[in-house]
Amino acid sequence: MREVAIIGTGVTKFGELWNKSFRSLGIEAGMKAIEDAHLSGSEIDAVFIGNLSAGRFINQQHIDALVADYSGMATNHIPATRVEAGGASGGVAFRQGVMAVASGMHDIVMVGGAEKMTDLDDASINSVMDSTADSEWEAEMGATFASLHAMIAQRMIYEGIATREEIASVAVNSHFHGAFNPNAQFKKAVPIETVLRSGPVATPLGMFDTAPISDGAASVILCPLDMAKEYTDSYVKVAASAQASDTLALFQRPDITTYGATVAAAQKAYAAAGISASDIDVAEVHDVYSVGGIMALQDLGFYKKGEAGKAMLEGQCHFDAGKIAVNTSGGLKARGHPIGATGVAQIVEIAQQLRGKADNRQVADAKYGLAQNVGGTGSAVTVSILEAI
Amino acid sequence: MSGVAREWREIPGRYNLEGTKCGNCGKIFFPARNFCPICRRASMGKMEQYGICRTGKVFSFSIVHEAPESNNLQKPYAVAMVQTDDGVMITAQLVDVDFDKIAIGMPVRAVLRKLSMDGESGIIRYGYKFVPLD
Repeated sequence: MREVAIIGTGVTKFGELWNKSFRSLGIEAGMKAIEDAHLSGSEIDAVFIGNLSAGRFINQQHIDALVADYSGMATNHIPATRVEAGGASGGVAFRQGVMAVASGMHDIVMVGGAEKMTDLDDASINSVMDSTADSEWEAEMGATFASLHAMIAQRMIYEGIATREEIASVAVNSHFHGAFNPNAQFKKAVPIETVLRSGPVATPLGMFDTAPISDGAASVILCPLDMAKEYTDSYVKVAASAQASDTLALFQRPDITTYGATVAAAQKAYAAAGISASDIDVAEVHDVYSVGGIMALQDLGFYKKGEAGKAMLEGQCHFDAGKIAVNTSGGLKARGHPIGATGVAQIVEIAQQLRGKADNRQVADAKYGLAQNVGGTGSAVTVSILEAI
Repeated sequence: MSGVAREWREIPGRYNLEGTKCGNCGKIFFPARNFCPICRRASMGKMEQYGICRTGKVFSFSIVHEAPESNNLQKPYAVAMVQTDDGVMITAQLVDVDFDKIAIGMPVRAVLRKLSMDGESGIIRYGYKFVPLD
């Protein structure tokens, strides 16, 4: 297996981008990454793209062909592959790209993630989200995606693992960082009262506990580590890219206050990178609902069960707190959550942090960064670790 | 909108809480599975039909305020994860209940109710919901 490097990154603004189509978003992110990697584009020999549901959002299947065509790759007839894994579509696409380079099958690989959600009405969007859980035995029975996370939160509170305030503080932390990210959907810090008083979505969770509906795209360029210098002086090493699965339905698990797939993927990733959780300086975690942020900090081994919420509430996850900085991009909550783009956007943020290009939210002396991307209620999880060179 | 067959084939589970029991290790599954994920090959051909116990306790719950189109008229409504008395977990709506009285550990029993319908002339789906035991 060859070691892999990220030599370029690109990301669009995230938000309700009425004037941008799926095509224009994907191309914008891809072109930025190609430019960043000092490529012409003709060097790229494979494309992987994470996308949840273009079929339902914009009535377009076969987006692998669309992306290859509109990014100018179809003239070279290179292989393009679309990856879907619920909310982890971007993370799994990234891992497919890493494996393609590590195996020697391809040298220069573009990984993209894109979602155009706002062309569809809100109720239909929510029903797409619900279908990333068990459609027949959860969604059909009346459980929304939000209510499944709400039932996790309810158990966390009941078992004394986190308080309602601690869970809400995940959204506060993400908004704190969103204010520093020019590409974020919400560039505004909010006090915890705003989260606690927001309208109920599925009790105990309210509107400010949930990631927004977003359009956006992100892209990274991969190549073998020993070739990276040919293209750029500013690159990062992919120290690990792990993936794990779990039951489709939440109710099939013995414990719903932990994601077994996060724990399993994290263990594999730390072992592959030869480090432990305490070596991580900056992390992007999947706070699609605030409670997911608490679970991530525990399951990734950053904090013991019962201590993650306190750390979050006390502001220890801020980029300048000197501990493990969490969701410096604004997370899913404030940066936005165009579903297929999210996993790749997390990688972009970590790469920028490790290259020292995170501007006024830069984590000092960041050596190792981690990205955790979740599909469904923990049914598919990727944990990737990047290392500064 | 979905086809009739998709609903019809799930009737044993939806109406009667019919699951399966592994003839090898004895573990009970709902919904029904073709083989046991623990015993795998050793369970092939040994999965038995098993009627899940219709009483249990609330394991977790939430009041849903934002619902898909099909459940829009019902909102706000309660959903729960119910642990049945034979230890199986099931996610379903909790109805005929005062929201303020719902608590983890509350005893409940399964009833057959209308789940949703596809407009005026579409399929009407029926299935299990839970109500307070007394």
